[in-house]
Amino acid sequence: MSTFGTLTRGQFPSILTETHASPMTQPFWDAAKEDRLVAPKCASCGTFRLPPSPYCFVCRQRDVEWVELPGTGAIYSFTVVRHPLHPDLADACPYVSGVVELDGTQGAGARMLVNIIGCDPDTVKIGDRVAITWEHVNDEMSTPRFRPIPA
Amino acid sequence: MTIKDKAAIVGVGATPYYKRGQSYPESEFSMACSAILSALDDAGLTADDLDGFSIYSNSCDPAAIAAELGVPEVRWATTLTSGGGGCAGALGVAAAAVDAGMATTVVTLMTLQQLSKRLGGSAVGGMLAYALMSESSSPYGGGGIPPSAAFTANNGLLSPGHSFAQIASRHMHLYGTKREHFAEVCISQRENAIKRPTALRTEALTLDDYFNARMISDPLCLFDYTMESDGAVAVITVAADRAKDLRQPPVYIMGSAHGGSGRWGPALFRYFQTPDDEFTSSGHRPVARRVYEMAGITPSDVDVALLYDHFSPMVIMQLEDYGFCPIGEGGPFVADGNIRYKTGTIPVNTHGGNLSEAYIIGMTHVREAVEQLRGTAVNQVEGAEIALVTGGPASLPVSASILRK
Ligand SMILES: [Zn+2]
Repeated sequence: MSTFGTLTRGQFPSILTETHASPMTQPFWDAAKEDRLVAPKCASCGTFRLPPSPYCFVCRQRDVEWVELPGTGAIYSFTVVRHPLHPDLADACPYVSGVVELDGTQGAGARMLVNIIGCDPDTVKIGDRVAITWEHVNDEMSTPRFRPIPA
Repeated sequence: MTIKDKAAIVGVGATPYYKRGQSYPESEFSMACSAILSALDDAGLTADDLDGFSIYSNSCDPAAIAAELGVPEVRWATTLTSGGGGCAGALGVAAAAVDAGMATTVVTLMTLQQLSKRLGGSAVGGMLAYALMSESSSPYGGGGIPPSAAFTANNGLLSPGHSFAQIASRHMHLYGTKREHFAEVCISQRENAIKRPTALRTEALTLDDYFNARMISDPLCLFDYTMESDGAVAVITVAADRAKDLRQPPVYIMGSAHGGSGRWGPALFRYFQTPDDEFTSSGHRPVARRVYEMAGITPSDVDVALLYDHFSPMVIMQLEDYGFCPIGEGGPFVADGNIRYKTGTIPVNTHGGNLSEAYIIGMTHVREAVEQLRGTAVNQVEGAEIALVTGGPASLPVSASILRK
C-alpha cells in the first residue's frame, strides 16, 4: 500500500483529512457533510466569494448570507497530471484537476479548483459540464470533487 | 519625476551554473558571496564600496553577507515580496535607492542550491507545503494550516507546472494556440543555448524530440518546464553620474516597474479570482504599460527581450502582454520565426533562458541583458541598444526593467 492508502486512477487522494475550519468557513464544511454546496454571498452587493474570506473584493463589506448552489458548473480550465510528483502517487495518475465556474455565481472570485473524477483524460475539454460530488473523507470532513454530467 | 536613466548597472558576477544539487560543497551563502565579489570586481569596486541590497524572493540574508564580506556599513536592505516575479523589479528598487541618495552601491542577486529541495516539490512535504500555502507571509505568524487551504488541499494541484498548465490550456482554448507553438519557444531557446559555454542543456532539440517527450501535466511536456539548477548571479547598480567613471560601459535603467493587477493577486494555487480578461495572460499587462511609459519607448524600440521562462507558454503570453504582437496571437507570432536570434523581429532569450541555459530565478536574464548592451554577448544581437528583462509570471509582484547602453 502506498503512503496515500489505496489509490483510484484519476482520483487524487485526500492528503488533508481535517478542514481546519474557522467560523468563517465552517458553514461550507457543515453543508459538505450533507452533500450540499453552499457559498457566502455578499449581503451588500451579491458577489459570491470562495474560499470564504473576510472582505468582499467588490464592495469591501463583511456581511454575507450563505446560499445553497446547484453544485453544477463548467470546466473553465484544467490539466491532466500524468507524472506523479511522488512515486506513491503513480496509481492515481493520470488525473484531471482544474478550475470550475459555478452555476448561480458570477464566476471569477467564486471558482473552485478541484479534482475532476470519472472523466476521460484524453477527451475532457474546457466548457464541459460538471457536477459536484462529495468524498466523505471521515466524519469530520467531506472534500469536493466534480464529475462530468453526461450529455 | 521618475528614475529614468538615473542609475546604471555597472558590474555583473556569477558562479558557474550547475545541474541541480551539483554545486556542493559550495552553499547558497558561499555562492552569493562569490557572485557579489565578482560583480564588484567587474565594476572596479570592492566590498568596501558596497552599501546596499535590493533583492527579491529573500534570496539572501544581507546581514550575514555584510558580516562575511566585511562591508563597512549597510545603508539599504530591501526585498520585493513574493518570488521570482520580482527579479527585474529589484533593479528598479536599487535605482530608486541610489537616486534618492540612500545608498551608493547596491547589489541585486539570486543564489540557489537545490540539493535537497525542489521548487516543484518532489517530496510529500513539498507537496503539502504547496497545497497548504498560507495567505500570511509573516515569519511571526502562528503557522499551521490556514482555513483557506482546506479548499484546495485535496485537488491534486501541487506544483507550479500544474498551475501554469491551467493558464496554457485556456490560452489554447481561447486562441487556438498549439503545442507546436510552445515547441518553437523551446527549440529556439535551445538553439541559442547550444552555442553557449555556460548552458546546461546543449544537445540539439527537434520537433520530434519535443513531441516524443513525456507529458508531465497536459498541455505541458518535459521540455516546456524550466530545468532546476544551482548557482548565483549578482549585479551592481550605482547612480548614473558615478557609473561613467567605473570600469565597464554603463547599462542604464531606463524604466522599471513591479506589481500587477490586485485581483491577479497570488494567482497560482489559489482560486484564480483573476477576472476573465486577465486569467489567460502572464499577469504582466499593468507592469508592461508602466515600464514602457517610464522608459518613453514602445515595443518596436526593444532590440532584445529576456522574458522569464519557467514554462514555455508564459513566454508566448509575455510577448502578447508586452505588445510584441496582439493578445491571442503569440502562438502564430513565434511560429513565424519572430523570436529567433539573427532572423527574428524580436530575439528572445538569446542566452537560452531557464529552459536551456540555467535557472537562477531570473538573474541569468539580467546578466544576458547587460552583456547584450555591452556588446559582449555570445549570441550578440547586432547593434542592440535597448533590452527588456522581465521577472515572473507568478504571484504579484511581477516585474520588468528596460535597460539601454
Ligand atoms: Zn460586496
